[in-house]
Amino acid sequence: MTDKLNEPNDVRTDYSAGNTSTPSIQRRKVGSDLPFFTVFLVLSFSYLLLIISLLIADASFTSLQDIGRAFESKEIRYSFMLSMVSCTLASAVSLLIAIPIGYLMSRFNFTGKNLIDGILDIPIVLPPLVIGLSLLILFQTGFGRSLDKTFSLIVDKIGLNNLLEMIGVKPIRGITYELPSVILAQFSVACAFAVRTMRVTFDQISKRFESVALTLGCRRDQAFRYVVLPEAIPGIITAGTLAWARSLGEFGPILVFSGATRMKTEVLPTTVFLELSIGDVEAAVAVSMIMVVAAFLVLGLTRVLGLRTNTI
Amino acid sequence: MIEVENLTIQQGDFSITNVSFTVPEGTYGVLMGSTGSGKTSILEAVCGLRPIVSGRIVLTGVDVSHAKSADRNIGYVPQEGVLFQKMTVRQHLAFALKIRKWDNHQIQQRIDKLAELLGIGHLLHRRPKGLSGGERQRVALGRALSFKPEVLLLDEPLCALDDEVRHQMCNLLKYVQQDQGTTSLHVTHSTSEAIRLADYLFRIVGGKVVEFATMTENHEGEETPFDRLEKE
Repeated sequence: MTDKLNEPNDVRTDYSAGNTSTPSIQRRKVGSDLPFFTVFLVLSFSYLLLIISLLIADASFTSLQDIGRAFESKEIRYSFMLSMVSCTLASAVSLLIAIPIGYLMSRFNFTGKNLIDGILDIPIVLPPLVIGLSLLILFQTGFGRSLDKTFSLIVDKIGLNNLLEMIGVKPIRGITYELPSVILAQFSVACAFAVRTMRVTFDQISKRFESVALTLGCRRDQAFRYVVLPEAIPGIITAGTLAWARSLGEFGPILVFSGATRMKTEVLPTTVFLELSIGDVEAAVAVSMIMVVAAFLVLGLTRVLGLRTNTI
Repeated sequence: MIEVENLTIQQGDFSITNVSFTVPEGTYGVLMGSTGSGKTSILEAVCGLRPIVSGRIVLTGVDVSHAKSADRNIGYVPQEGVLFQKMTVRQHLAFALKIRKWDNHQIQQRIDKLAELLGIGHLLHRRPKGLSGGERQRVALGRALSFKPEVLLLDEPLCALDDEVRHQMCNLLKYVQQDQGTTSLHVTHSTSEAIRLADYLFRIVGGKVVEFATMTENHEGEETPFDRLEKE
């Protein structure tokens, strides 16, 4: 094996009869790297070109006036506001759930961990429409109905509907086909992405930080709060923005679970769908551009403040 | 005093059984062993970071075998410092004191004292990023000593340092230990570190800890265990 390794690649030996001179060794010449880089660069740029072309096509199809006109419609203004508020709430709840799950999954080994890991990935691999349908069915079961009822009671008790009426939003009567269903549908998918990101974040933070904190006199919660959490901030920002962006694009589950009622459960993707269905392509593209700008802002925020490495 | 009696640790397929040794009060014990011999596992068990299967760990007369790390009142200096990236050096020194709810005046006094003792006064506003290996270890030592623990546990604290800094740190460790009167257990694979620091030297041989030498064994003209170690 060693002899083989030591043997030069390009040895030309003259073995003709009677030749006893030393074999002549030609210096090995490495070929050009140009073909490798050409192929890789062409393939890479082809996809970049596709993305940029899509954006240019959208931008050329619309104008600032179109976007301005779109905002003149009170339905579109409502759907924009609902998208912003519901995405923010869905990503906040996602973080609240993803931080503990990500931490426990990263730090502890237990029986059934692989199974739980698989279950947590289900919302990522399941078709979005199926998630919407599953939510709809869940809230038709006895358990779902009681949840719905309890939620309505809480809403009445804290006077949330009075507040909504003050800002001109229709009151909430339960979950399905109502405002909370929008947030729940967005959360169901977005949270899975936040969990993945938080898991990777905590995996990247050495357990030794907590060990040292424990020896310094911390309880587990203090070690988490004072030592782990500050180290996890870039990951939390990434998880939050990813969940937000994911929620913004959510359409299938919302359509099934919340319906597409104007001035009630209409979010930006629903607007695009509704405008397209009535043939107003300009308005649909203008609303799409609003979403593109929002997505860019979120992407920029993640790049500046979030994790430097990809997590999904 | 650090007393380890018949300690057994199991970690996957690896185990250390019936380990016993004692570091008398106010002295400097060094535990030596090759890589993978289990010396760090023993130290972590003393810290309370690794569960034990059986045996007893007694620190300054208190059985802490199953106590939480936080309740053992130990200072721990891990390999490569493990400084908290988001905290300044000052926050490192104040961390354990804030957890213990010391008042600000007391914390400030303690920080001043530690900064002077360890020569890190000029680093107090800095974060770990950009500190040299020696500076990091000084900060880690200060953080471990901040709340005046009676026992100091050091896990290969000098392994990432160059020879000159290592020599300075050895002198500092010895000075600090005498100044603070802590009982120390220092884990290393470096013979030179062991010779410079140890009052009591232990080695892990075949999964057992054997007392190899004590400085008190030195007799004029005789070959001491330390001399034998140096020859090895």
